[in-house]
Amino acid sequence: MYDSGKVLIGLAIFAAIFLFPFLYNHGSMTPKPEPKLDTPAIKQMAVKKCVDDTKFMITTHMQLLNDWRDQALRDGDRWYVNKAGEKHWISLQNTCMKCHSNKKDFCDKCHTYAGVEPYCWDCHFDPNGSEL
Amino acid sequence: MKMDRRDFLKAAGLSALVGLGGKGAFELLKPGDVDAAMHHEGHGHGHGHHEEEDTGPKVRLAMLIDMRAIDKEKAEKIIHACHHEHNVPNWGNPKDEIKWIWEEEYEHVFPDSYNEYIADDIKALPFLLMCNHCDEPPCVRVCPVKATFRRPDGLVAQDYHRCIGCRFCMAACPYGSRSFNWLDPRVALKKEGRELNKRFPTRMRGVVEKCNFCVERLSEGKQPACVEACPDVMHFGNLADANSEIRKILRKRISLRRKLELGTKPSVFYLV
Repeated sequence: MYDSGKVLIGLAIFAAIFLFPFLYNHGSMTPKPEPKLDTPAIKQMAVKKCVDDTKFMITTHMQLLNDWRDQALRDGDRWYVNKAGEKHWISLQNTCMKCHSNKKDFCDKCHTYAGVEPYCWDCHFDPNGSEL
Repeated sequence: MKMDRRDFLKAAGLSALVGLGGKGAFELLKPGDVDAAMHHEGHGHGHGHHEEEDTGPKVRLAMLIDMRAIDKEKAEKIIHACHHEHNVPNWGNPKDEIKWIWEEEYEHVFPDSYNEYIADDIKALPFLLMCNHCDEPPCVRVCPVKATFRRPDGLVAQDYHRCIGCRFCMAACPYGSRSFNWLDPRVALKKEGRELNKRFPTRMRGVVEKCNFCVERLSEGKQPACVEACPDVMHFGNLADANSEIRKILRKRISLRRKLELGTKPSVFYLV
């Protein structure tokens, strides 16, 4: 093999750079995000429930919000009727954020973990937070 | 193939007959018949346009601005109420300006029907301009993504989620009612350091915005913010209802509307 010394050094450098992130993070684990539900508004509730059942909200809240914005804005219908037949006022800032007044410890928790940046917050803002 | 004059004329005549088979032929022979028939099919009655008054919408929202009750101070108060209600930023320069409701003088408000001999006090009045929520809104016709649309109650709404910022609507609007966010509006809001309305969002860079007739307040059963600020100047109501307050006022007072000759049928009336 010609220039075996140079090739092996090159291979070693490549392997070191390539494996660095794996070795660096080895053994450490990013904890599973646990969005907090301890806001004053939620604490006061006798039965702690969202606008629809919890499982549905965890898996489908993005779809629901998408439907909400069309229903409220385009159809002018601002009442959401959930599967249990209860009515809720459609508004991200005035309904969702009223209970979930802790955007940093609720919304952002999972969104940061999953690396998603929903553009809701380009216009809507957390009425309880100081940041725009 | 060789064709003599006789064959050519036969072919030409035949093609002309085939060509006449379409809508064009009917238009030539009996103008208006096709449209009348289509109108008949679409609407289920054969009386053409004459019944529009009866079959028209039940609600058509409109705003009256009493120019005999307004003064500089009230105009400022109305603008302040609207722009604070909707977190409309003040950039402090005309290039980046965002406006939902603003002041203008008579000769710029009615350039088409400008009468230089009109009473001096009218010339000096602070006319308040805003989106006219037209019955035939040109902005809605040109929007390529249907971000702006006319609701059945006559309100011309703007869906910022859909707006792509092409500004066709700004070019189409004959009233200059639309503003484009060249920059992130939050930068100006922060710089002003003002109290925000936490119930209403801001906009983002790259969307067009305008007066929304306070659709969010209407949905809660409230009056628009400008009406609440100066109820003696601004009157809001249903134009389609002949017995509504605003129709009663319109029957008594002389009213002006902007650029009526364009056929946009604006819904903002100036009582003089």
